[in-house]
Amino acid sequence: MLHRLWFKLIDPIDQPLMAIAGLLLLYAFIVVASASPERVPAQILNMAAALFFMRLMAQVPPQRLMHLALPTYAIGIILLIAVALFGDVSKGARRWLNFGFMRLQPSEIMKIAMPLMLAWYFQKHEALLRLRDYAVAVLLLALPVGLIAKQPDLGTAILVLAAGFYVIFLAGLSWKIIVGLIVSAIAAAPLAWTFLHDYQRARILTLLDPEKDPLGKGFHIIQSTIAIGSGGIFGKGWGQGTQAQLEFIPERHTDFIFAVMSEELGLIGNTVLLVLYSLLIARGLMIAANAPTVFTRLLAGSITLIFFTYAFVNMGMVSGILPVVGVPLPFISYGGTAMVTLSVGVGILMSIHKHRMLVQK
Amino acid sequence: MEFKNPQEELERFQRRLGFAGGFVLFCFAVLFARFVWLQIIQHDYYQTRAEENRISLVPIVPNRGLIVDRNGVVLARNYSAYTLEVTPSKAMNMDALIDDLGQVIDIQPKDRRRFKKLLEESKNFESLPIRTRLTDEEVAKFIAHRYRFPGVDIKARLFRQYPMGDFASHLLGYIGRVNDSDLDKIEEEEDQEANYRGTEHFGKTGLEQHYEFDLHGQTGFEQVEVDAGGHAVRTLASTAPIAGNNLTLTVDAKLQEVAEKAFGDRRGALVAIEPSTGGILALVSMPNYDPNLFVDGIDPSSWDQLNNSPDKPMINRALNGAYPPGSTFKPYMALGALTLGKRRPEQTIFDPGYFNFGNHTFHDDKKGGHGSVDMYRSIVESCDTYYYMLANDMGIDNIANFMRQFGFGQRTGVDIDGESEGVLPSPEWKHKRFRKPEQQKWYAGETISIGIGQGYNAYTPIQLAQAVATLANNGVMFRPHLVQYITDSKTGAKTPIEPTPLRTIPLKQENIDIIKRAMVGVNKEGTGARAFAGAGYESAGKTGTAQVYSLKGEKYAEGHVKQELRDHALFIAFAPADQPKIALAVLVENGGFGAQAAAPIARQVFDYYLLGKLPKEAAPADENEPEGD
Repeated sequence: MLHRLWFKLIDPIDQPLMAIAGLLLLYAFIVVASASPERVPAQILNMAAALFFMRLMAQVPPQRLMHLALPTYAIGIILLIAVALFGDVSKGARRWLNFGFMRLQPSEIMKIAMPLMLAWYFQKHEALLRLRDYAVAVLLLALPVGLIAKQPDLGTAILVLAAGFYVIFLAGLSWKIIVGLIVSAIAAAPLAWTFLHDYQRARILTLLDPEKDPLGKGFHIIQSTIAIGSGGIFGKGWGQGTQAQLEFIPERHTDFIFAVMSEELGLIGNTVLLVLYSLLIARGLMIAANAPTVFTRLLAGSITLIFFTYAFVNMGMVSGILPVVGVPLPFISYGGTAMVTLSVGVGILMSIHKHRMLVQK
Repeated sequence: MEFKNPQEELERFQRRLGFAGGFVLFCFAVLFARFVWLQIIQHDYYQTRAEENRISLVPIVPNRGLIVDRNGVVLARNYSAYTLEVTPSKAMNMDALIDDLGQVIDIQPKDRRRFKKLLEESKNFESLPIRTRLTDEEVAKFIAHRYRFPGVDIKARLFRQYPMGDFASHLLGYIGRVNDSDLDKIEEEEDQEANYRGTEHFGKTGLEQHYEFDLHGQTGFEQVEVDAGGHAVRTLASTAPIAGNNLTLTVDAKLQEVAEKAFGDRRGALVAIEPSTGGILALVSMPNYDPNLFVDGIDPSSWDQLNNSPDKPMINRALNGAYPPGSTFKPYMALGALTLGKRRPEQTIFDPGYFNFGNHTFHDDKKGGHGSVDMYRSIVESCDTYYYMLANDMGIDNIANFMRQFGFGQRTGVDIDGESEGVLPSPEWKHKRFRKPEQQKWYAGETISIGIGQGYNAYTPIQLAQAVATLANNGVMFRPHLVQYITDSKTGAKTPIEPTPLRTIPLKQENIDIIKRAMVGVNKEGTGARAFAGAGYESAGKTGTAQVYSLKGEKYAEGHVKQELRDHALFIAFAPADQPKIALAVLVENGGFGAQAAAPIARQVFDYYLLGKLPKEAAPADENEPEGD
């Protein structure tokens, strides 16, 4: 009886993905325990919630997800507009909707809703993909990205943009157009510069020369690179990072947690993390390659590449090769929202893999 | 428009997926390369930076050395107190901040003005005191409200205190906050730059300035681990500071007090020297000021008051006031005459009350003249005509060369900075002093008034004191000094300031004795007799009156001349006459006759120093009977 219950519980779970996610969460536990010991209990709760949503999503068949695509996207857009009109302002940005009993960040929904929507859209037009369909897809993408960037929340905007772009890219938009888009984006960069907020411009300038303003905007990057560099090959030891423990690293339990890890666990710790991420992405791409439908393929591919985007943007910014944007280190940074979003992604991957045969039937 | 072949479509998708996979690997490889760069190749550099971040050297300011008088009376000390300090760079709106602070802790308009002044003079990142000497209650009150005031802190600091207030201020001087010119001095001094890290005060005038590097001490350092907010987490290592060395003065504070009191509210200066060592027993410049006002930065209204006072209390008259010596010059003139063989002591001249030179008549102070006058009487009665003639006979070069030996017109080298030179008139001096050729020429007529200590003569009171001490000491001259010895705060070793004989003036003892005898006569039967009547010791002196304003042809009548145009009163003296223990020069600005205004001050100083007698309530000066000067 108990055995059957257990089997039912773990049946939809993809074991390799589960193993990788489990190792990542274990790693997260170790790092958060050093960066911010007082947050360990809350982090355990976040992890439990993440596992719950992962398991929940793993049993939702892809067909159900297809039905949910349009409503989720529509609700997401409505909430984003609501944020723009009635949202709470915190730290100069309007990102939150206050429902009294809970505060919700609708842009987070878009990270999943966007690939869902586009994957569904391309599935619908599977038989006959015209350039116009790509144009519609771009519009579907541009609307939420624009709203999120306006909040302003550059980090989330980039993630949503990337999620949508991956779908369009994997759907087979011609290389010529992709290259053309990239070239025109670069050409438009000076124009975009004028639309950026001052703090966003400052972050980009800071990346170019952090030492110019060592006590101001450059402080984050300088301190995190010092932390990483001083960690060396083997690190200073868990709980022994002076940059981390003496609070030279800003936001050391959230966006800059990688610097803490890097300082205390060294190049070895970084390499372990890179390997875990690579395995996660490899497994995800494998699932995408074997997915039966256009919808599941595109969705699985996009979600997997989103994991990559999170990881690369975060580590790149903390180590000083990308500008500072608010993107957490996937599965490691403290905080429930990102953890749940990412786990939902993993759950969807599991579901796609589990149901691959069912669809073909 | 194209129709899709599912198989082809799948292959295309997988190619794209493969491309994406490659892109992921490439990006991760870039990251890995970045980590290798930071963590292996640049590791040492970042390791150092992390250590620099973590470890901060906090200077511990040493206690400043004490200043005590020759009997151990404390003249300058330190006390520890809490101050409320603001770091301007952390304050957004200074006025609003001070208003808010004022609701928690009493801040007077005076504190505000003083703070404003400090703010203008200082760099933004220093923390500046807005209130000093907080009570325990105030400290507790502020700590309860501290969260409201970022950039405002309570600090325990040592403060300099001059316990006797406005007393001996011109010799002690004061300390004030370090400014740019002080920083230059610190840089010039070897190995002091690191030692002054953390030091906020620097000697500005007087002994505090001259002995700054002795008084300062050795700064200690604490190696602390700090967090990003600069708060100390724990101490890693520390070196204790070594307190500054203590100064023990040659000055007798009680004597100084007697002298200062003797001036009352008159302006002037007094320098008393121990002739056998050059040690200064008292150095007075009146009025005094309260050096405590300067320690935390003076508030502008007190500053204006001190600066704009017609009495000019900030001027150290003993070292920086240059006055004609008047008749106190005569004993040296007489000694010069004897030494050069221009007069014999018994040789008399006839004084009709005036001396004609060319078409100019030089008047004697005494109407009708002194009659037949020898050297003794010329000093005792202070006969001008005798010295008009003598000056004429000696000539300006002889006078200047002889006087130069006594230190007239040269800095004495006393251990206070910024001493004035004064003017020893000579043809060379005049040539240098003036531009136009007709002004540069020395006229023989100008020599005549030099003989009675007028004309271009201008000497500081300390020069007059050094000269009379040298005379008392039979021609052996010492550098006047205020510090007797410096006590090393660590070892207790005393480094004496050795009396430095500057020179021995080649003089015949018999000539010196003649002059000394005449000066004893001054206090016995001459112009100083009244002031020294009934003294229990034998003293030698000479009165003097220096003209501030020349009244052309009119008779000088004290009562009719505005106070600031009245003559300066002077007196030089030493005692006991046979074995001088103390020699002094007194100057009372616009005091009138030396005998009346200056000699009684000398009497009080001698009485206390030689007999331990404190003056009774000062009797009002006798205005009716001006004795000849």
